[in-house]
Amino acid sequence: MTEKLPEAEVIKRESDYLRGTILEGLADKATGALPEDDTKLTKFHGSYQQDDRDLRDERRRQKLEPLYQFMVRLRLPGGVLSSQQWLGLDKIADECANSTLRLTTRQTFQFHGIFKEKMQSFMRMVSHLGLDTRGACGDVNRNVISNVNPQLSHLHQEVHDLSLAISDRLRWRSGAYGEVWLGEERVAELGQEEEPFYGHKYLPRKFKIALAIPPENDCDVFANDIGLIAIIHEGRILGFNVVVGGGMGLTYGDPATYPRLATMAGYVPKEKIVDACEAICAIQRDYGCRTNRAHARFKYTVDDHGMDWFQERFTEYHGTSFERPRSFSLTSNGDRFGWVEGEGDLHHLTLLIPTGRVADTEEGGQIRTGLRKIAEVHDGNFRITCNQNLVIAGVSSEQRPKINAIVEEYGLDAGNRSTPLRQHSMACVAFPTCGLAMAESERFLPGFVGQIEQLMSEEGLEPDAINVRITGCPNGCARPYLGEIGLTGKALGKYNLYLGADFSGQRMNRLYRENIDVETILAELRPLLRDYREKRLENEYFGDFLVRTGVVEAERTPAMLHQAIK
Amino acid sequence: MTTDFSTSPFSGEQQQRLSQLLAELRTDQIYWLAGYLSAYCATPSERGAVPSAPEQTTSKPELTILFGSQTGNAEGIAEQLAAQANDQGIVAKVVDLADYKPKQIKQEQWLALVTSTHGEGEPPDNTLDFHEYVMGKKAPKLDSLKFSVLALGDSSYEFFCETGKQLDQRFSELGGTAITERVDCDVDYEELAEQWISKLLHTISEQSGSSGPTVSGLSSSAATATESTYNRKNPFKATVLTNQLLNGRGSSKEVRHIEFSLEGSGLHYKPGDALAVCPENPPELVSELIRALGFDPNGRVNLADDEHSLQDALTHYREITLLTPPLLKQWAELADSDELCALVSDTAELRRWSEGRDLLDLIRQWPAQKLTAQQLVDSLRKLPPRLYSISSSQAADEDEVHITVAAVRYSSHGRDRAGVASTWLADRLEEGAEVPVYIDSNKTFALPDNDETPVIMIGPGTGVAPFRAFMQEREERDATGDNWLLFGDRSFRSDFLYQTEWLKWRESGLLSKLDVAFSRDQQEKRYVQHCLVEQGADVWAWLNRGAAIYVCGDADKMAPDVHQTLLSIVSEHGNMTAEQAEDFLRQMNRDKRYQRDVY
Repeated sequence: MTEKLPEAEVIKRESDYLRGTILEGLADKATGALPEDDTKLTKFHGSYQQDDRDLRDERRRQKLEPLYQFMVRLRLPGGVLSSQQWLGLDKIADECANSTLRLTTRQTFQFHGIFKEKMQSFMRMVSHLGLDTRGACGDVNRNVISNVNPQLSHLHQEVHDLSLAISDRLRWRSGAYGEVWLGEERVAELGQEEEPFYGHKYLPRKFKIALAIPPENDCDVFANDIGLIAIIHEGRILGFNVVVGGGMGLTYGDPATYPRLATMAGYVPKEKIVDACEAICAIQRDYGCRTNRAHARFKYTVDDHGMDWFQERFTEYHGTSFERPRSFSLTSNGDRFGWVEGEGDLHHLTLLIPTGRVADTEEGGQIRTGLRKIAEVHDGNFRITCNQNLVIAGVSSEQRPKINAIVEEYGLDAGNRSTPLRQHSMACVAFPTCGLAMAESERFLPGFVGQIEQLMSEEGLEPDAINVRITGCPNGCARPYLGEIGLTGKALGKYNLYLGADFSGQRMNRLYRENIDVETILAELRPLLRDYREKRLENEYFGDFLVRTGVVEAERTPAMLHQAIK
Repeated sequence: MTTDFSTSPFSGEQQQRLSQLLAELRTDQIYWLAGYLSAYCATPSERGAVPSAPEQTTSKPELTILFGSQTGNAEGIAEQLAAQANDQGIVAKVVDLADYKPKQIKQEQWLALVTSTHGEGEPPDNTLDFHEYVMGKKAPKLDSLKFSVLALGDSSYEFFCETGKQLDQRFSELGGTAITERVDCDVDYEELAEQWISKLLHTISEQSGSSGPTVSGLSSSAATATESTYNRKNPFKATVLTNQLLNGRGSSKEVRHIEFSLEGSGLHYKPGDALAVCPENPPELVSELIRALGFDPNGRVNLADDEHSLQDALTHYREITLLTPPLLKQWAELADSDELCALVSDTAELRRWSEGRDLLDLIRQWPAQKLTAQQLVDSLRKLPPRLYSISSSQAADEDEVHITVAAVRYSSHGRDRAGVASTWLADRLEEGAEVPVYIDSNKTFALPDNDETPVIMIGPGTGVAPFRAFMQEREERDATGDNWLLFGDRSFRSDFLYQTEWLKWRESGLLSKLDVAFSRDQQEKRYVQHCLVEQGADVWAWLNRGAAIYVCGDADKMAPDVHQTLLSIVSEHGNMTAEQAEDFLRQMNRDKRYQRDVY
């Protein structure tokens, strides 16, 4: 090998299958942190070491180390959990974390503010609920997401079963998880192969899979390494159109990095879809770039080698070729809020949870308590949406009034009554916990959306649905490059402004202006929104309008994500 | 080490004996010998390690001055006495009680003893052996001993000047004759100490018939300590460079890291020394007091040296936050109160009443009708300087001195109260302020001379301060000895004092071991002694490698608990009886391998 491997690549290879010295680090009482190398490994275990960045400078002056704490994500394929599990997680939030639960864009929970000494109890309590955190972060397959589709329960059941099967097939298997967190004795001998699929190198980078049921694209299927679009015939899933090589992140100033929407590869029948996912993941495992982590996502593998090459490899790894893609139509990537009636006299309530934060706060009300009350009486399940919202699913007609009463008592439907603009806005966590954040996001979104609402009302616009996506850095947690208005943080109070995505997650936006403050963002949006009111076609979305009127081109090249129009 | 004597002036037999001896010696012994020999060569006229009678005359009395103290006060007085004695033709030598063979007392003819009292009437650490011997059954007859005792203490403690009182009485019991009466000094000891010195020297001269100055004296180590013109009597105005809270949010503690500039002072200190800070009383309390008494804050009063406004006198020169028995006795007369008279005569009850009360409480409860401002200041004792263990090393920064101060705040008898110096430092000293300070050296708490000696530092809370100085010093000296810190406080996330520095030193390898105990982070309280117990085998292994143990911090609970824990570790891992373990630690103390700075 001529090129030097990046540190993260070396660390995982030499980690004795993700053990490293995590156990020793947990026992060190003089610091709330783990040794740096081990923090790379805990990602595979579902956890990022973070610190309270609001306090970082204050504590530096106090000669105290940063307020280290851990964020942990669950592996929760399809985002489905029982009331029992909800109650358990709610309790864990108090006992081990910062008393909040955060719904994520990958349909799972993030817990924040877990101190090192609580980590093992946290993991054990999660395990007692029949859940785990394996591969919620790290260079492996991440949480598999799927459409929540409340109306068609049997279809949802099918995609959910598949998301579980795919997640299980691509789960990492080393004994490290049980040993580090659950107090299990080591069984594997040193050097023994513990990862039949991944091997000791795991994947070059994270890997993401999503399943969509048209016409809903709530999972942003094109933003994933593998996107599976269900092809339905007479109410049954026949198979999937497979799209490959999607991914959101870019690095500022490095035009070789870019977000990319997945490319159509072809159709695979349902019964072969788990194998097909494994085959594609194996191609990335074997051919993905290992020498440059900024070039290691599957999207670059696809672009480096081309789709023809990929098709050949797929045939080789899978044993069969893709069939010709079937026709499909996706129309929206948001959630639809409120009650719907589904099959089997079951009712489903989708609630908007502002920025996905399940908490009791003075401003936000008692969302957490309200949802706990529901979990105490609800005999269906909960589904987290890919937009950080929540479906209370499978409510019987008799139960519905009881659930409704709780919803009203705790004002849980306040979000559902907010403007379409707010309902289509999404932000990542960013400050104060995320170590990558360059600007505020979760804490910035409510006020910013309010300012756009104000702007729209001043310009005589109804607060129409516009997708607003905000992230604190360019890595793409809230899929900002699919926002009709996308903001990515550059510095505190400064953002890149991206415009021109469509409303259904099938066309990215592009960089419009770089590194501007909120006032400038609003000043830029005002004339565009005025034009939109005056010149829009019927039912024309804002992003499509900007493309039609030539403010933003229709085609996308990597350079457009880096070079501003203005 | 091989010894090459080929070019030496020694005879064959001498060479052999030297080689043999050198081979037996440990490194520290060789260093000691090297130092000893160079001193031996440098001062040929003073040959002989034990002072022999000076050549001049046998009629000159020889005065041995012993001091026992946790702080530098007793030593300072001892040296002042020696200097004046030598000026008056009395041959005087100053000896630290830690270095004094107790049996030697039998040989002494003229003896001056300056000793402080520790905690609740206990002797200071360096006086333990001497005290035990003299007070015990084996004590010899001291018929030829002429002695005088100066006792240092703090009248706010119940057993005021206890050690001095005990030894004074015991010397008499053993047949000794007091040269002058014992003098008991409160925290403002200077004047009384000076009077004691001149009276003592005068009496010795009279009794011995000696007079006139002498040229050569044996007044030892003293003068070398510091060349600075700044001292207790003439404090240096040090500028505050930094005043930083060390506790994180949510802490129940308030500990501040304060850095002063010593630039231009010529002050020198060693790790383990203390910084004496001359504080100011809280201005609100001073005003409240003056208002309650109906005095004019600008009215003039005389203090020993000069005239001051009442406000100034009460702010800078007189103690108003503690009630001492002498003050209360005076007050009983000033207030002409039978009730207070009765209280004063009941020591235990008086103590109970005084606790948590101050002068304002006193004047409110027992107003003195005809009191003048002058009477008021005359009845009060001087505002004493406060001593803080220095938390920096001059090896790291010559022009700075750092201290670590816990702000003392509490509420009692319906009023919020504040520790005078700590809250003055915490609340009212901004960067750029000037504070009168001087160095109070502490011979009984110092790093081993040998840089290879392992060091175990036990310093919970602000007790960690001198160990930061130790680490800075050892880092600068490239000392190779292992260092082990045991730290404790209430909460890991907010109270780990100097955490980032300890972690940095651990990472660089300077700090070999770092153990912490935080009492409020779990159900059961955890303290440093619990760490010690868990690490008992390691503690014993370090001791066997010659480690020195240092304990700094709380004297009431921590230090005794740590002492008990050390005893049980020594007894368990060293297979000793309780008594043997006690002897073992006592011997370590004599060898300066078990040193404490507790308060």
